[in-house]
Amino acid sequence: MSDLSSPSSPAPSPTGKPPLLEVRDLKVEFADADSVVHAVNGVSYTLNEGETLGIVGESGSGKSVHVLAMLRLIPMPPGRLAGGQVLFEGRDLLTLSDAELRKVRGGSIGFVFQDPMSSLNPSMTVGRQIMEPLQLHLGMGADAARKRAVELMDMVRLPDAARRIDQFPHEFSGGQRQRIMIAMGLSCRPKLLIADEATTALDVTVQADVIELVKELKREIGMAVIWITHDLGVVAGIADTVQVMYAGRVMERGPVDDVFRDPRSAYTLGLLRSLPDLSAPIGQRRRLTQIDGAPPDMRAPPPGDPFAPRNRYATPRCFTEQPPLVQPPGAAPGHLAAAWYDLPALIAAETTP
Amino acid sequence: MLRFFLKRLATIIPTVILASMIIFALQQLLPGDPAIALSGEEKDPEVVAFIREKYHLNDPLPVRYAYWIGGVLHGDMGESIRLQQPVAQLIVAKFPVTLQLAVMAMAIAVLIGVPMGVLSAVYNGKAMDYTANVIALWGLSTPNFWLGIMLILLFSVQLGWLPASGYVPPTENLWENLRAMILPAFVLGNSIAAVMMRHTRAAMLQVLSSDYVRTARAKGLSPRAVIVRHCLRNASVPVITLGALEFGALLSGALLTEQVFSIPGFGKLMVDAVFNRDYAVVQGVVLCTATTYILLNLIADLAYFLVNPKLRRS
Repeated sequence: MSDLSSPSSPAPSPTGKPPLLEVRDLKVEFADADSVVHAVNGVSYTLNEGETLGIVGESGSGKSVHVLAMLRLIPMPPGRLAGGQVLFEGRDLLTLSDAELRKVRGGSIGFVFQDPMSSLNPSMTVGRQIMEPLQLHLGMGADAARKRAVELMDMVRLPDAARRIDQFPHEFSGGQRQRIMIAMGLSCRPKLLIADEATTALDVTVQADVIELVKELKREIGMAVIWITHDLGVVAGIADTVQVMYAGRVMERGPVDDVFRDPRSAYTLGLLRSLPDLSAPIGQRRRLTQIDGAPPDMRAPPPGDPFAPRNRYATPRCFTEQPPLVQPPGAAPGHLAAAWYDLPALIAAETTP
Repeated sequence: MLRFFLKRLATIIPTVILASMIIFALQQLLPGDPAIALSGEEKDPEVVAFIREKYHLNDPLPVRYAYWIGGVLHGDMGESIRLQQPVAQLIVAKFPVTLQLAVMAMAIAVLIGVPMGVLSAVYNGKAMDYTANVIALWGLSTPNFWLGIMLILLFSVQLGWLPASGYVPPTENLWENLRAMILPAFVLGNSIAAVMMRHTRAAMLQVLSSDYVRTARAKGLSPRAVIVRHCLRNASVPVITLGALEFGALLSGALLTEQVFSIPGFGKLMVDAVFNRDYAVVQGVVLCTATTYILLNLIADLAYFLVNPKLRRS
């Protein structure tokens, strides 16, 4: 897997700088007494400074687990890092000492978690929660940190910050709590912000606000963003690059427009077809198609392409051999897919009998 | 906050009144007639009749209750028939002994149980966890009277470090008082520590797996800061509940332990009173215990208030 992933790594950013983050063949497992769940199975990709990467996939695809594992935030045991490297600014996060890793967490890598209801400590004022990383990583005193926390709350457009800083999480709405999470994640001006389903628990309108806010803050701070979601619409709105994950593997990745216009993995196609097309006039809209079947049992992952059993385009080879993540013929630069079949040709053959 | 407090206070008054009624009514179910018990060997009907008249024993139940509760409100809980002493005086004399024992036992329980529970949750599944659980199981399954006797054997008889029994008031000699109280306090605290450890462990395990603890770790906080700042407070609610209940139980007197160590506390007063049909004493002690329970519940509610900011708004 690792030998296959190296040629598929995109070239360094146009400025010639090394990538900010380079994930190499990351493997994560969860073991209990009598079985091992292979949650992440050799994920490799790079992320450049300032890039926004949207990672999509269904529950259990490994999209959240692999970013948590990068910072060793999964519970271990039962979780364990079964292999790979995660180079952040040239250092391998997986082998960093605990103390060094803690400087990265919340310092140069900020996190925004899903479900702002449960991700904030209910018995601590939001001010103190925002101040914590400032005092820890930037060595600010209580007064300076408090002043900065008010500024951060202003920055994420929480009204009346100076007064509300001493309130508790339950005194804020869901959208406001998500803004507090973002203020916390951005407090130390990280090089990378990881947002894990950050808008999933929110109303659609609030979701749009939060996405707009992150885009704005990104322009201001210039950080790279990994945005994990199962909402393709959100990815289209925010990301430069999209990465589709399934069964702990990267199925396809590339520039958002190219992947959405010209999908090369049947799984990506399935996800796109399950979205309503709101641009078509009412009455001419097609039925939504679902992806039949269920994801594989990750205690015994299939030997070949994990999506093959649900894929009507699957070839015999798909069932036996793992396809590498490579640039398919005719795809745009940086557009990679893991598929033995030629999806555009198969679709063309279907529509013109 | 004030409104909540007043509201709780308002519910306490009917609770105490109801408790006093139940105490008084249940007392009537006890077999035996105090007038006959008091009238001596001959049981002269005239004496019995006189006693009945004097203590209003011929009046209907509600009237007798009214006499009693009216007295209680004026600080007069009647007189002990056996000891010829006002009940209030007996309670005032014994309560501090029991209170001191309860406070010391609680302190020991918290000092052992809470840190052990926290450590066993943090090191869940490791040697530390198993050790703590074994100690807790031992604490739970050791009868207090047996542990008391064994400790007396070890520390008083074998080593001669501590007195075997007896009680010295702290006003007389604080050092001797503490020497006499430490063993019974440890015996009582030991079994509560075990329960407390289990509750603390369960609460901590739940908090440790919560999303906000993951958030705290993602901020780069050290394990110690995560536990101290983000876990302890949120894990304290079930421990407060348990603490209030156990403290109330301690205050109603620890009969066996007081017996083993010859400590003149509530437990002994109560049992002597029951055996001698000393109704006024039983009523007084039970009323006192019930009121203490209710007050401790109020204190626990106030503690939840300090721990859980969500309650403060309403």
